[in-house]
Amino acid sequence: MNLWLWILVACGLAYFTKLSGYFVPAKLLRSPRMMRVAGTMTIGLLASLTVVNAVASGQALAFDARLGALAAGAIALWLRAPFLVVVIVGSAAAACLRLLGWH
Amino acid sequence: MKLRESPAVKVGLSISIATGLYGVSFGALASASGFTFWQTMTFSLFMFSGGSQFAFIGVVAGGGSGVAAMTAAALLGLRNGIYGMQMNALLRPKGWLKYPQAHITIDESTATASGQSSPDERRRGFWTAGIGIFVLWNIFTAVGALAGDALGDPKQWGLDGAAVAAFLGLLWPRLKGREPWAIAAAAALATVIAVPFVPAGVPILVAAVVAGAIGWFSHGRSDEGMEPDVDPYAHGHAEPGGQESRESSAE
Repeated sequence: MNLWLWILVACGLAYFTKLSGYFVPAKLLRSPRMMRVAGTMTIGLLASLTVVNAVASGQALAFDARLGALAAGAIALWLRAPFLVVVIVGSAAAACLRLLGWH
Repeated sequence: MKLRESPAVKVGLSISIATGLYGVSFGALASASGFTFWQTMTFSLFMFSGGSQFAFIGVVAGGGSGVAAMTAAALLGLRNGIYGMQMNALLRPKGWLKYPQAHITIDESTATASGQSSPDERRRGFWTAGIGIFVLWNIFTAVGALAGDALGDPKQWGLDGAAVAAFLGLLWPRLKGREPWAIAAAAALATVIAVPFVPAGVPILVAAVVAGAIGWFSHGRSDEGMEPDVDPYAHGHAEPGGQESRESSAE
């Protein structure tokens, strides 16, 4: 139930963020600092989420089959594969490495 | 039928299919991370912002608390507020129209609209991409959640590897040039250093602060990191015009 609460709060905040944009005076757009912070924060968060999902295991760092998924995903992206293919390649790489005994 | 000749509608429809389909991966990952079918659908129906949805389930899957997950999702959604300002200036919605329009204000609808030059085309592009993605994203989230439920042990299928690749895939289009790479590297480093010292989920927030500070104190492009997850103009549209027109929309 606790998790439901945070899900609903997060959904509310997501909508409020979008809607607030429609009520903020356009003047604010001329000060590009807010835009930049929103943009660089997006990059930082996505980079961090990538790393956490690749090497964090609770509060420890672990080097396992997920690193293979990271490498395979990067190669797929570099070859300009579409998003869904990238995700499938990452999944397949981790599954194959586990079959080969690298957990 | 005029609509079929509209370039904005064509772009909107193709981006809807490209983006909508990857709702499958969100649905599958959410169910593999232990979210129920209706929790998963709540994300896609009411949060409706891919990056934030992946962030929430990613933090919980890594053992983070609900608060940390909520915070990461909210921070990642901040750019939608900027998009809202841009779309308000560009499309000037009247009265109640703002409320549904706000809900479908995301990377792709904003990019589709700001890539067009005439006001009518911008409006058509925004609504086509926004509604199209909303419908398909929800249908495919449901497909992914139901299929994911049937898969059994998620690790056996490498679904944790799928999450890694998904986040990298969301990050990738934003890494154009040296500065975004430097920001990503700084955030990654901050994360690795923080992991052993703070509870799960918090390293992501530490990285957000680092990246936000870089944005606050440096003077790069003002639309750094605001690229859509899937570029609507990637394939053969006249100008990859998102950037220019987004900048001019600020005037």
